[in-house]
Amino acid sequence: MNFISIENNNTIPLQQIPLVHYDIFYQEVSKLLENPNCHCVAYYAFPENKEILRFICCIADDVTHKILVTSFAKNLDDKSSLKSLTPAVTSMQIFEREIYEKYGVEFLNHPWLKPLRYPFDRYNKDSQIANYPFFKMNSHELHEVGVGPIHAGIIEPGHFRFICNGEKVLHLEIELGFQHRGIEQMMLQQDKLLQQTMLAESIAGDTVISHSTAFVQLMEALNGVEISENTKLSRTIAAEMERIAIHTSDLSALCTDVAFQLGSAVLQGLRTIIINTFLIWCGNRFGRKLIRCRKEPYPLNQELIAKINNNLDLFEKRYVEVANKMFDMPSVLARFERVGIVTEQQSRMIGVVGMAARSAGINRDIRSSHGYAWYRNIDHLPILLESGDVKARAKLRDLEICQSLNYIRQMLAKYETNASQTTNSFASKSASDSFVISLTEGWRGEICHCAVTNADGSLKNYKVKDASMHNWMALALAVRNNDISDFPVCNKSFNLSYCGNDL
Amino acid sequence: MIRTINIIKHQGKQYIKDLQQVNLPEQHAGKPVIESSSCVAGCKSCTELCPTNAITLQPLTIDMGLCLFCNECSKVCPANMIKFSNNYKIASNDIHLLKVNANTEVVDFNPDLVRKEIYRFFGSSLKLRLVSAGSCNGCEMELNAADNVNFDMSRYGIEFVASPRHADGLVVTGALVENSLAALELTYKAIPNPKIIIAVGACAISGGVFNTSPALNRTFFEQYKPDLYIPGCPPHPLTIIDGIMKMTGRI
Repeated sequence: MNFISIENNNTIPLQQIPLVHYDIFYQEVSKLLENPNCHCVAYYAFPENKEILRFICCIADDVTHKILVTSFAKNLDDKSSLKSLTPAVTSMQIFEREIYEKYGVEFLNHPWLKPLRYPFDRYNKDSQIANYPFFKMNSHELHEVGVGPIHAGIIEPGHFRFICNGEKVLHLEIELGFQHRGIEQMMLQQDKLLQQTMLAESIAGDTVISHSTAFVQLMEALNGVEISENTKLSRTIAAEMERIAIHTSDLSALCTDVAFQLGSAVLQGLRTIIINTFLIWCGNRFGRKLIRCRKEPYPLNQELIAKINNNLDLFEKRYVEVANKMFDMPSVLARFERVGIVTEQQSRMIGVVGMAARSAGINRDIRSSHGYAWYRNIDHLPILLESGDVKARAKLRDLEICQSLNYIRQMLAKYETNASQTTNSFASKSASDSFVISLTEGWRGEICHCAVTNADGSLKNYKVKDASMHNWMALALAVRNNDISDFPVCNKSFNLSYCGNDL
Repeated sequence: MIRTINIIKHQGKQYIKDLQQVNLPEQHAGKPVIESSSCVAGCKSCTELCPTNAITLQPLTIDMGLCLFCNECSKVCPANMIKFSNNYKIASNDIHLLKVNANTEVVDFNPDLVRKEIYRFFGSSLKLRLVSAGSCNGCEMELNAADNVNFDMSRYGIEFVASPRHADGLVVTGALVENSLAALELTYKAIPNPKIIIAVGACAISGGVFNTSPALNRTFFEQYKPDLYIPGCPPHPLTIIDGIMKMTGRI
C-alpha cells in the first residue's frame, strides 16, 4: 500500500505512514488527484532528524470521508531537484512553492517557484520581501497599478500589482508575507498548552473558533481524550455563530462598496448582535477563551440559552428584511452579477476551498465530508451555487447565514444544561512519534492543522493551512478582464486572510 | 420605499449615546481587580500559567501591556485575589501605568507626558492612519467597529484616513514583524509633523502572544515612543475611543 487511510482527528504512529520513493509518490498522488472528489489538504516537509527531510502529503476523499496519507524522504544535504507535480496537478503549485521557500528543494518544471510568505527561517535569506519578482509585460499600451502593502483602510498589509489595459485588468499578482509572525515555530517553542491554544486563536482573528477548534481537537486526538457531548455542541454552536457574524459583516462591506448605505449600516449593527452574544457567553466578542482542550470553560445554562435564542430571533427578523431588500436592488445586483467570475473548472484547477468553491458549484465542505464535533450528528447538506461571480459569493453567505441559524437553534435544544461538568485529564504525555491531522470548516473554508510528535510526546512539527492559501489565487483570477474599479467588490466577496496565509 | 422605511424603523437607534457611561456585561474582561489580601505562601499558580508572563509577584501585579485578558489566572488563584472587572477604561499614555496592583483603583493618565501640541492641534479633530505590522486582524476588526453605527467614533472628529499625508497620527497594531518594518517606517515618515503614535493591542504594546517570536523586529518602538497605549486582545471599541479622547484632552 502506498497510502494509509485515516479519518479526521486520527493519530497514527509516524512509522505507519508509507515511505515511498519519489517516483511512486509522484505517480500515485497525480493519479489520485485526477479524481474530482479528492483534493490535497496538506503537503509539506519537515526535518525528521538532522539528516532527513520528510515530506508528508494528505489527500482528502470527500466521498469515502477518508484522508489518504503518504510520504517520501530526502537527505537534507541532497541538492538534487524533484519532478514538479504542478504541471500535472495545478493546485499543488502553492505547496511546492512553500517547500521550496523554506527548504530550498527545487521542483523541476514548476512554472515559477515564487516566494509565498518570506518566513524568517527561509532557505534563501537573500530573497527579500522588498524585491518580490513580479510578472512583467513589456508593452507601450499597458500600465501597472501598484497598491499596498499599506492599504487605504483599516485592513491588513499585502501588495497588489495590476497590469491593466486602460480600465481593464489583464493580470493581478498578490505579494504576501507582511504579517508573518512565525506561528508554526512558536507552536514548538511554547511549552504551555494555554500558550499554544492562544497562538491558535491568533492565527486569524476573524476565524478564532475554527482555528482553535482545529488545534484543541488535534491535541485531544494526540492524547486520546474523549470530550463530552455538551463540549461538542458548544464548539459547533460557536463555529456557526462565527460564520453568521463574519458573513454578515462581509455582506455589509459589499454593500459599502456598491454604495448601498442602508444595507451597510444595518448589517454592521446586526453583526454587533451576534458578537455581543459571544461577549455574554465567554467575555470576548470574537469567542477567544471559549475553546479549550478537554473541557468547556463556559458551559451554557438555561438563562444563557434563552438569551442566545432571543438574540438569534432579533437578528433574523431584521436580517431577512434587509437581505431581501439587498438582493432585490437593481443597483446592487448590477454591480454583483457577472463580475469577478471564477468558473468551476478554474476553481478545481487551483484547488479553491470553502465558500468560494461552493459558489462555483464545487461540493467541498469539511462539515459534511470529514465531520467533527457535533457536525457528525448533523446531516449537513452544503449549499451550492453555480455562477461563481460576486453575486454567488454574496448570495451563498446569505443562504449559509439562514442555514446556520437553524443549526444553532437545533443544537441549543439538544444541549443538556443539567449535565455534570467533566474535565478528562490528559495522559502524562501525548502519543510519541506520531502524526495527527485535524480538519475544520471555518466560515472561509477548510482549515488543516497537522502535527508530528517527538519520542517524549512534545511537538516536533506543527503545520497550519488556512483556507486563504489557495483562495488568494482565485481572487487573482477573478479580476482578470474586469474593470479595475470592480476590484474592491471582488476582494470583499472573498474577504481572504492575510495573516492566515502569512502565519 | 415602504420596505426601506420599515428596515430603518425596525433597526431603531443603534448608536450608544454616552460612550463614557456604558455598562458592559459583567463577563467582559476589562481592568483587573486585585484583592489586597496576601498570596498563599510559595504559590506560583498564576505566574506559571500566564501565557505571556504578564504577572509578577510581591506584590501581585498584572501588566496589561502583556495581558491577553484570558481570565485563566483568576480561575487558578487559591486566594481568589484576581478578578477581571467590566471597566473598559484601561488605556494610558504611560506604559508603567498599565501595571495594575492592589492599589490601582483606576488606570491613570499621566498629563505631564502629553505633549502640549497634542491638545492644541488635535483637540477637536484627529485623523489617523493604521498600519498593521504582524497582527491577527482582531484589532483591525475592533478599530473598524469603533466607527460603526454603534460606537460612531467619527462623531468626535476622530477618523481613519486613506493616506498618511492626510493623517495626524499613526495607529500601530500587530507585534511589529521584520517583514512589515519598512512599510511601517515609510508610513510614519510620510505623516506631517506634529504627529502621534498609538499602539493598539497587546501585540503592539509588548509583542503579546508573539513576544518571543524570532520573526519580530521591534526596533521601530525603540526609535519612536507611542503617545498612547490601548491594551487588550483585542481592545474593546469603547477602550479605544476612551483612550483617544483622554489623550486629546476631550475628557
